[in-house]
Amino acid sequence: MNTSKKKTFTREHLLFLRNQKRRKIFVHVTQVGVLILLLWLWELAATLGWIDSFIMSSPSRIWNTLKELIGAGTLWKHMGVSLLETLAGFAIGTTLGYLVAVILWWNTFLKDVFEPYVVVLNSLPKIALGPIIIIWAGTGKASIITMAVLISVVITTITILNGFLATDKDKALLLRSMGANKLQIFTKLVAPSNVPTLMATLKINVGMAWIGSIMGEYLVSKEGLGYLIVYGSQVFRLDLVMTCTIVLCLLAGVMYAIVSILEKIVVKRF
Amino acid sequence: MSILQLQDVSKVFYTKTQQTTAVSHLSLEVNAGEFVALIGPSGCGKTTILSLISGLLAPTSGKIVTSGDNAIGYMLQRDQLFEWRTIEKNVTLGLEIKHKNTPEMRAHAFELLKKYGLWEFRKHYPQQISGGMRQRVALIRTLATDPDLLLLDEPFSALDFQTRLEVCDDVYSIIKKENKTALLVTHDISEAISLADRIIVLTARPATVLTVQETGLNDIDSPLKRRQSPKFSKQFEILHSYLHGTI
Repeated sequence: MNTSKKKTFTREHLLFLRNQKRRKIFVHVTQVGVLILLLWLWELAATLGWIDSFIMSSPSRIWNTLKELIGAGTLWKHMGVSLLETLAGFAIGTTLGYLVAVILWWNTFLKDVFEPYVVVLNSLPKIALGPIIIIWAGTGKASIITMAVLISVVITTITILNGFLATDKDKALLLRSMGANKLQIFTKLVAPSNVPTLMATLKINVGMAWIGSIMGEYLVSKEGLGYLIVYGSQVFRLDLVMTCTIVLCLLAGVMYAIVSILEKIVVKRF
Repeated sequence: MSILQLQDVSKVFYTKTQQTTAVSHLSLEVNAGEFVALIGPSGCGKTTILSLISGLLAPTSGKIVTSGDNAIGYMLQRDQLFEWRTIEKNVTLGLEIKHKNTPEMRAHAFELLKKYGLWEFRKHYPQQISGGMRQRVALIRTLATDPDLLLLDEPFSALDFQTRLEVCDDVYSIIKKENKTALLVTHDISEAISLADRIIVLTARPATVLTVQETGLNDIDSPLKRRQSPKFSKQFEILHSYLHGTI
């Protein structure tokens, strides 16, 4: 399609496209520039003593801590633990939330019965359940994964169920006029037409699962990035806290990017 | 041969505060090969009647007789194509639902695609083809299950006037070529006259038969040409006065 159109591009059109491209590059360059500027200011402030680098840390100290952590092999271990907990929470929370949404869509009676429960559960700050989870699920990974699941599951159910309920009524009518049963309406219409909803939920859940696992680690763990952050703050090693926070940012960003790419590939048709 | 019979059919809807009679003691008949139009003031319960005929609603009283269980193909307002399915997959949707997605039935559907100029677009998605073509795909999807009776629920209402005339012609010629019986519901008098052999005029809610008019245009085989016939404007006047209570 592009090749056939390129021939007919006018000079003004090409100019327009070049300007668009230039603007895009300029945005990216500025984005990186802002980051570099901030890091440089931070470093400068630490070196000149405007801020106390013991409390505020500095880019160079973070860099050294990072090298230290990698050298000792501890970073990979803690990163691996947190990533595993997050992915487990993400997968279980999304699947469970989707299944509950399917059940509530399927059975209107159950939906009417459980609607207020879902609303209350959604507004409840799940972190308040922390102590109960620890007593029930112990102080290991199970507790942390449970926390990540709890935080992502309710919002998944609500978002997906709303998507299901908003499915085009006329298309459902068409299928019923063909004699479709409920399972067919679900598999041929409701599920495929809600793939975009599912993708949006996955994006939300990347954030939710990270909140859950880090919160869980704050409460109980002996390993993981959340643990390192709490440990660092307790022994007043702000370099460690800052380093782990930045690693966390990067991990969450990468995970979000992967889901976004997946979304772009899948949603094209829906 | 009668394809469809409604015998003294009534339908009452209940809500918290009231009950509404949508259809009252309605009797009508559609014979094989006929093109019948139902017209009536808006909100008179036309769509309720189609839902009753297609079995989506049960009548409160009365009887609906259709021939066989493969009787009905329902075509709704707008084409209702599934955007995530190719044209080919849209057309075989009814076959999948009815567990009739056999090579023979698929071949029949593909034959229709070829016959009506959509074969080369079979791997396209609905958003890649024009509105008129989409409507044709929707009709072929309805025909693919080989129904005895087509129910058309204002199938052209979402199209602009120019396209509507073309699609109307298109749909009419396909239905005639495939030798199908059709029941059209519309509020558009001229559309009813240009398509139907027989027009059933309904009263305002609760719907019942006000009058039945033969259009007398059966010898003209195109809706567009029918619109130019002198009989057309005469028919229009008669139906218009029925609908507005001046007869």
